Amino acid sequence: MAVSVEQKTHGSRYGIGQRRSEAIVKAICYFFLILGGITMVVPFIWMIATSFKPASEIYMGNFFPKAASLDNYREVILKTLFPRWYLNSFICATLSTLSVVFFDSLVGYTLAKYDFPGKNVIFVLILGTLMVPTEMLVIPWYIMSVDLHWADTYWGIIFPGVITGGGIFLMRQFMSGVPNDLIDAARIDGVSEFGLYWRVALPLVKPALAALAIFNFLGNWNAYIWPLIVSSAREMLTLPVGLAYFSGEASTDWHLIMTANTLSVVPLLAVFVIFQRQIIEGIALTGLKG
Amino acid sequence: MRKLVSLLLVVIALTSFVVACAAPTPEVIEKEVVVEKEVPVTVEVDKEVIVEKEVVRTVIVEKEVEKGVTIEYWQYFFDARVDAMNRLIQQFEAENPDIHIIHTNFPYADYRDKIAASVPAGVGPDIATLYYGWMPLWVDSGYLVPLPEDEFPPSMIESEFSPLVQAGKFDGKYWAIPTAVRTLALFWNKDLFEAAGLDPEKPPTTLDEFVEYAKKLTKLDANGDYEVMGYAVEMNGQAHHWYREILTRQFGQVPQSEDQRKIQWNASEGGYEAWEWLCKFETEYKTGTNDLFDGATQAFYQGKLALHIDGSFRLGSIAKNAPDLNFGVAPMPIGPSGELTTFGSFWTHGLTNKAASDPKRLEAAVKFLKFITTDEAMALWVDKVGELPARLEAASDPDLLADPKLGAFAQQLPYAYATFFVNESDDRQALMDAYDAVQLTGENPRAALDEAVEKVQALFDEFWATH
Amino acid sequence: MFKKLSLRRRQQLWAYAFILIPLFFFLAIRIGPTLFALNVSVREWNILSPEKPFVGLANFERIWQDFQNPKSVVRRAFQNTFSYVIIGVPTQLVLALAIALMLDRITRLVSLFRAIYFIPFVTSTVAISWVWRWMYQPRFGPINLLLSFLGLPEQNFLRDPDQALLSIVAVAIWQGLGFAIIIFLAGLKQIPQMYYEAARIDGANRWQLLRRVTLPLLNPTIVYLVVLQSIRFLRMFTQVITMTRQGDGGPLNSTVTVVLHMYREGFGRYKMGSAAALMVVLFLIIMMITLAQMRLLTRRVEY
Repeated sequence: MAVSVEQKTHGSRYGIGQRRSEAIVKAICYFFLILGGITMVVPFIWMIATSFKPASEIYMGNFFPKAASLDNYREVILKTLFPRWYLNSFICATLSTLSVVFFDSLVGYTLAKYDFPGKNVIFVLILGTLMVPTEMLVIPWYIMSVDLHWADTYWGIIFPGVITGGGIFLMRQFMSGVPNDLIDAARIDGVSEFGLYWRVALPLVKPALAALAIFNFLGNWNAYIWPLIVSSAREMLTLPVGLAYFSGEASTDWHLIMTANTLSVVPLLAVFVIFQRQIIEGIALTGLKG
Repeated sequence: MRKLVSLLLVVIALTSFVVACAAPTPEVIEKEVVVEKEVPVTVEVDKEVIVEKEVVRTVIVEKEVEKGVTIEYWQYFFDARVDAMNRLIQQFEAENPDIHIIHTNFPYADYRDKIAASVPAGVGPDIATLYYGWMPLWVDSGYLVPLPEDEFPPSMIESEFSPLVQAGKFDGKYWAIPTAVRTLALFWNKDLFEAAGLDPEKPPTTLDEFVEYAKKLTKLDANGDYEVMGYAVEMNGQAHHWYREILTRQFGQVPQSEDQRKIQWNASEGGYEAWEWLCKFETEYKTGTNDLFDGATQAFYQGKLALHIDGSFRLGSIAKNAPDLNFGVAPMPIGPSGELTTFGSFWTHGLTNKAASDPKRLEAAVKFLKFITTDEAMALWVDKVGELPARLEAASDPDLLADPKLGAFAQQLPYAYATFFVNESDDRQALMDAYDAVQLTGENPRAALDEAVEKVQALFDEFWATH
Repeated sequence: MFKKLSLRRRQQLWAYAFILIPLFFFLAIRIGPTLFALNVSVREWNILSPEKPFVGLANFERIWQDFQNPKSVVRRAFQNTFSYVIIGVPTQLVLALAIALMLDRITRLVSLFRAIYFIPFVTSTVAISWVWRWMYQPRFGPINLLLSFLGLPEQNFLRDPDQALLSIVAVAIWQGLGFAIIIFLAGLKQIPQMYYEAARIDGANRWQLLRRVTLPLLNPTIVYLVVLQSIRFLRMFTQVITMTRQGDGGPLNSTVTVVLHMYREGFGRYKMGSAAALMVVLFLIIMMITLAQMRLLTRRVEY
């Protein structure tokens, strides 16, 4: 199922006489790729370097810290509720992702494999929600969460995103690709309708599910406006909202912001590096079907 | 792929475990407190049953707040303010065991968003701290209720509080009252004075001296870049107040008409001159720029800026961010008109309509409001936050006036003006844009000022059209 | 016949059962609130106040009036938003395609490069914006340090009305590049080698291969990315609010976007009616652009 982005077939693309020019082209490619690659990582290196600098070094113009220390980390971790915010972000992103993976794929499957009156209306309605800027929905959402006592709960933070239009669209595209024969055969074998989705269709779209899960996790991990509005209690903040406490009325604690940034970014990077092949291939798939 | 899936599964199991045991517990307790509080007011059969069920686990909590009232207090997040308020609340709760105060704060940039979202949802504070410049908007919408006159008689406010506080008066009533006020003063870096061959104990006292000093203190490196800046205009900081309320007067132009309907910054030559005077630091004298070091305030912390105009609240942040800075504070330099003047402002506390909706809450809120505006509370505030007491008596304390840092701010209180704002942030934005137009696009300062006046006048016209 | 129909019915019932909860969710959480906002757009609502008098289309008229003033924030917001799209989308796609083509050609370190280019996409926009705000600092920012090291004049970037929008758009491109590259790479892999062989036998050079084979066959991928990225750039907000000094889309409104303006109207000035009206306008624009792009770009794929 996985698309192998690795495999190389250039040998057949060019004749032997073109080898030389091919080598030059390759060299040029490497040059630009390396240049671009540096552009991609330098900001991160700077961010990490700054997180080890004392405040006094911020405006000195040195890229790497002269007197590196862990003081910033100590301050961020011990003097704020950073660990708690971390946990909150993690819980919210995980719960929301689980829900999205289940419901989006179920709805995608239903829209792709069943015929029923109102199907197209529902599909268009769901797609239409993608075009509404969510910044504007914050007020009605907040009114709702207060009325239902969801404010300052994990559910309050995640509820607007437990089912997503984009994910449904994506899953519908992939579910369409599941052969009907396979489903019909299983149906004749007596598999229940839910079982058809759960045991037949779902395993076939695993890579797409993984991509959806990753997108969704990232989106929730980084969400800002809604968590800001809905959480008031300090211990219920998420990471990006907590970061806002480091920038005040007229002063910005760069060294602390960069430390907090590093702390919030590095685990995601670690996960990404470990699973990068699966992640990238899953995401590549979404482009083919989206 | 399988690895990924199994990892996910482990994560699911773990988090659902964590969620199940850890997260909701504090929630439950808090909710119960809220429920308890409602019991004496509305005795409903259903509710009592629920309460009884829940109470089993939290008997102690129940007893403590049996007759109590819980009210909410909101302010923006600033270490010192939060700390000071927590102390005050602690004292207050010790004196009034039946009142419980929930103190909530939010990042400065998002404070108003939070208020905005809380109102239609019917939650939010009983007492809110707001910038005095937001009051027209808040009063207008019916969000604030007037201070009860028997508890806060206008005559008392007018005789005992700094005249600045009268900016909180609308339609003949007071809508808010502060713990502290702040004025602008001149900060100077003594080490840089010495390095430039100036007497570190003699800051400039007039505008002419100020220019002269700023030029002398500016130091360029070999590339022509600023090594030390004399003075840099921080329009997004306090410079717009300096222009609007102080420089205009010093050049002979009252900034706003008596009835607060007309913006007069460009009504006479004086207003223009004041504006040009300020613009010249960057266009002509080249004494510094706000774009370096992430703003003039930061530059001052770093010892890269010699002269700086800022409020008393800056003392606290200097102590935190640049504890070793060798600096002094002096009254604002005097201008051609010779008038003594400075800008005064304050964050003030208002009672919201949520408090007013229930006599018990209102009573508790008023009690708390009185408590945080006593001389003692103000003394604590000035100590912790560095903002001046709003009461004249506390502010004229000889120790305070003699304080090497706070003294300059306190001395200026008798002649501090608080600008009437319709919408403080749009007003400031207009001056920031005018300044940017001059500095970044080379627009004529006078034309830029005219444009700012036009924008702010439009705000005022819109406001007065409905009043 | 009857039996078949009943099977069909049963399946339909299952279908409804499957989408019941999600449908309810969409009605309650998305569509309901959208209708709420629509309702607010025809009212005057100071959010602190309980009253929301009906004002008809006054909010829209006001936006239209302001729009006609070339110096108004509304005008700048719409202009800038289109600039973000018009600069951002093509640049990002061309760069991503170029990098994807290069990655497709080289044989070593492919997965390393892929990973590196993808890193910014994994990280939070708020964090990224803070880092870049620093990167762009005058004098002490790494970019200016590099410029002065190379003997080039230092730039003001975010503080220059002519450069600020480009500086922000560059960050948005930078962050989304990895995603587009991956999608392009996948698209490239789908192109059967035989097309290249055939074209080469016809004597096509590299450029002709790209134009006649690669681009037409990549069309579905391009459409997908154009639509996706256009919506992303049309909704630019976080980068601007974090990277401009006062979160105001400055200097001189040179970076303000429609969503940022909407946010400031609603939450800064408490004018919810006006903010909701802006949302409605933006919604219509996004919808039209998306539909137009789908029409125009998919047609070309046919030959």
